[in-house]
Parts: sequence; structure tokens; C-alpha cells
Amino acid sequence: MQAFLDTFDIYLLEAVVNGILLGGVLALLALGLNLIFGVIDVTWICYAELVMIGMYGMYYMVQVFGLPYWAAAPIAILQVAALGAALHYIVIAPLLTAPPINQLLATGGVLFILQSFATVAFGIDFRNLGIRLPVLAIGDMHFSYSRLLAFVAALLGMLAIYFFMKRTYTGTAIRAVAQDRQIMSLMGVDTKRIYLITSALGGALAGLAACLLVLQYDVHPFVGLSFGPITFLICVLGGLGNFVGGFIAAFVFAQIISLGGLYSDLEWGYVLAFAFFIVMMFIRPAGLLARRS
Amino acid sequence: MNSRYAAWAVGLAALIALPFVYREPYHLHILVLMLIWSFAYTSWSIMGRFGLVSLGHGGFMGVGAYVTALLWNHLDITPWIGIPLSMVAAGLLALVVAYPCFRFRITGHYFVLVTLALSGIVLQVITATRDYTGGSLGYTPNRAPSGQGLLALQFDDKTTWYLIALGVWVVGLLIWRWVDRSMSRYAMEAISEDEDAAAAAGVNVTAEKLKITLISALMTALAGALYCQYQMFISPDTVSGIAVSLQMVFAVIVGGLYVSLGPTIGAIITILLAEGLRIGFGTKAVGWDNLVYGVLLVVFIIFLPKGILGSVLDKLKAQPKKPKTT
Repeated sequence: MQAFLDTFDIYLLEAVVNGILLGGVLALLALGLNLIFGVIDVTWICYAELVMIGMYGMYYMVQVFGLPYWAAAPIAILQVAALGAALHYIVIAPLLTAPPINQLLATGGVLFILQSFATVAFGIDFRNLGIRLPVLAIGDMHFSYSRLLAFVAALLGMLAIYFFMKRTYTGTAIRAVAQDRQIMSLMGVDTKRIYLITSALGGALAGLAACLLVLQYDVHPFVGLSFGPITFLICVLGGLGNFVGGFIAAFVFAQIISLGGLYSDLEWGYVLAFAFFIVMMFIRPAGLLARRS
Repeated sequence: MNSRYAAWAVGLAALIALPFVYREPYHLHILVLMLIWSFAYTSWSIMGRFGLVSLGHGGFMGVGAYVTALLWNHLDITPWIGIPLSMVAAGLLALVVAYPCFRFRITGHYFVLVTLALSGIVLQVITATRDYTGGSLGYTPNRAPSGQGLLALQFDDKTTWYLIALGVWVVGLLIWRWVDRSMSRYAMEAISEDEDAAAAAGVNVTAEKLKITLISALMTALAGALYCQYQMFISPDTVSGIAVSLQMVFAVIVGGLYVSLGPTIGAIITILLAEGLRIGFGTKAVGWDNLVYGVLLVVFIIFLPKGILGSVLDKLKAQPKKPKTT
């Protein structure tokens, strides 16, 4: 009995730590989505598909063209950033004055396009980088370096965004546009340019997430579906456009998924997270950090 | 007005007579698929036309299909009872998700994202319970012993299925019309304009929205169950998940969201497109149909947000009417 309890606690601790590590990447994705929502007032349904394209970019650069991982990563980030800017320029910009639902559905169309483009161009095989990072063993607990790296890099990425928003002129302009779209264009801020920069930033965050996720998961055209829905849940739970709320919600969800996965399958972790989400909708409908009116 | 009813009656009679005159199995198969999907798309549009854009209908459809098939295979419950039970299950799911959404004024982006997550989660549940549902490999209802086809709602000949699908499709259109003529329509239109103003004018916002959502979810579950019974094979990707939800939205937008036959036109166009691409490209076509779907969806939303039928009808209405010569 004692032996059972010991192993149980070790596994529990391991799951908790892994949940925190997973939370880092989810928080990164939630930040990107929140940034775009907060500034442009558009939700990119296809956000997880941008990550998928970035993962394919990493796969091709590392496996096919033989670039080292550290050289491929910045290129992949730039690629997805360009993709984000292009998405805004081609699809969102013509729809800026359309009803919000139309903008949302148009990005849903982009989801279709990206998924089927990947199917047509890359096939439906599962692919991976072939990089196996060592596993860190602390006592009886095991943590893969790929997760630790993902966590640290995600935090660094979020810090970089934070300083960009707080310390640079462009960042200040972005925050100002998020507060009031109409007024800022009267104040001499080129909102079109700000929108493009924000979209590129959102894309870059997706690209960073892609570089980190490709170390842990195989890439296939539908990989976006495995973390896309959870990202949306996180953003809604944290309050759309609320950066701090999204950050906290990401870690809450990651814990539920990780602990749920400990007792059963990973899919059940997702189901638990969804049940939790529904309950939270009754308690805090406007997001975790919303003030009660 | 009478001539309009006459046109409907003639059209319906022609559709009923069709399988007795024309028996090419492949074409009948396509027609049955069109009718079933038209019904599903119509049920989506009942909600969607009031600005309640749900991406969770893939979830309702999956519940309809899987609950029916699971009850038949594991508990020997005939689909005649299983389909109503599956509709109840989908309705309960709709209420559990929709009630907090409507009660706490979760609208617009939030509503879309919550329902989007719903269809993703139904997909995950089906995949996770692979011991019962076959997971992502798909699931087949057991063949009924010969002579019990009616009990199991399994028919080999396409004509029967065509007539069933036709009947359900007509019922779908009638429900659409009933909603269109009811007080709910005015209530829902007021709500989609301004919820606070509608509430102040005495509209019970939550109850009205729930009613429409429930009708829509029940119909979608029925469509899923019919699809399962007809195809005798379901997989999580074909009846549930985000892709199916988006497919519904896409077809309705293409056909026309605000006219009763819009979803049907959308179904005809999308299925012809998918079949055409499948035949044109052969087995290499994996993904191509969705690629074209996606591009068309984006193009339609940017340039033709009222859909094909809606735009055509608008054009006709805009033309000056001929002065009456009496």
C-alpha cells in the first residue's frame, strides 16, 4: 500500500509539472489570438492551422533541406508571420466593415484552405523532425527537454511581446488602437499599418508555437484540430482580448488536461476541460477576471 | 399566391415520381445525399439566419448518428426508438451548452467559439471512447437479418431511401416556413438587432433563443441519424467535428441564408462540386474538394454575402414591375 502511494504521488507531481510546461505553449497561442482579437476585433478560427503550416515549414527545412534546428526556427517564425500578414491583407481587410460573423466565417474558410492545402501538398502521413531531445530525470520523475525548452521559449516569447508593447512606439500605438479604433486614426496613427503589424505579430507567435510543438508532436494536416478548440476555450474563459486572463486560463486548462490524462486517456483530459469550461460559464460568463457588474 | 402553391405541388409530385421513372442508382444515390444534407443545412439556417452562428452543429449531427448506431449495435434498440432517443440526447446537449450562453448574454464571437469547441469536443469523445465507437476508424451499424429491414430501418433499394429523404426534406422546409411565419421570427429578429431593446419590449430573449436552438439541434441530430442509416458507415470526421460544422455554414452561405430553398441550393452546389472534383481528379483528389470549398467560401463572404439564391432573388425584386394591364 505504501509503495502504491509513493508512486502515485510521484506521478501526480510529474503530471502537475508537465501541466505547467504544457500551459506555457497554450498561453503563447492564447496570447496570439487575444492580441489579434483585442486590436483588430477579429477571431482567427484558423489560428491553429497557421501553427500546422509552421510545423510543416520546420519539418521541410530540417528534414528535407538539412538546416539545423536553431537556424530553421527563425525562418519558420518569419514565414508564419508573413502568412498572418497575408491573411489579414487578403481576407480580413476587405471585410473590416462587414458584420463580425462574416469575418469569422471567412477565417473558417481559410481553415479549410490551409488544411486541404496541407493534405494536397504534403499528404496525410504523420511526419516528425527526427530530433529526440534527452529526458531529464529528477528522482523518479521524468521530464522531456523538449517540453522544458517549449516552456522557457514560450515565456521568453511572451516577455518579448510584453516589452515590445510597453517600450516601443509601435507597441504603444497598437495598445492605443486596441482601446479606441476610431479616435486613433484621427490622432495620426495609420491603423491599416498597425493592423498589418499586429497580424504579423500574431502570426509570429503561432510560428514560435509551431517551432516548439514540432519537437513534441508529429505533424499532419489535421494536427491543428487537436489544440485549436482548446485555445479558443482558453481565450473565452480568460475573456477575449484579456491577456492576463488568457494567461491564467491557459495554465488552468493545461492542469486539467494533464491531470485528466494521468487518470485516463489524453482525450478524456480534453473532455474534462470542456466540462469544466461549461461549469465556469455559469459562474464567470464574461471570463475569469471579469468584474461583476 | 395560389399559383405559388400550385408550383410547389407540381414540383413535389415530380420529385416523388422521379425514382419510379428514373432508376440510375448512382444518380439516385447523389440525390439522396443531397436531400439529407439539404435537411441538415436547412436546420442550421433556422438558427443561422438570426445571427446565431453555431459551429457546434457537427456535434449535434455526430450525437444523432452515433447514439442511434450504438443503441442498435449494443442494446438492440431499433432506430425507430433510437433516433428519437438520439435527438433527445442532442437536444439535451444543446440545452446544456446554450442555456448558459443565452442566460449570460454570450453572443457574437464568444458564441461561435463556444459552439466551435463543442463540435471539437464531441469529436474527441467519439475518438476517446474507441472501445465502443471504433474511434477514428469509423463505425458500422450491424446488418439486420433479412426480413427485418423495416425494423432496423435498413433498406437496400435506393427508391425507399429517396422517398424517406424527400419526406424529411419537405418537413424541414415546412418547419423553416413555420418559423418564418411565427411570432418567434419577429422576436428573434428583434433580438439579433438589439437584445436589450428586445428584452425591454417584452421579448423573453433566453427562451426564444433556446427554442430556436433546440429545434435546430433536434433536426440536425435527425439528419445525422438518417445519414448513418443510409450510408451504414459513419466516422468521426464525416458526421462530427469542426469540418462538418464549417461545411454546413459554407453550403448555407453559398446557397443563401435568408431564403427557404437557399440551403438546398447550397447542398446541390457543394455535392455536385465534391462529386465533380472526385471524378475529375480520381483518387488523387484527397483534399482538393475542400480546397475549392474554402476558396469559394472566402470569395462568397467577401463578394456575395447573401448567397447565390438570395442574390438572384434580390435582382429579380429590384427589377421594376411591369405596369398592370387590366
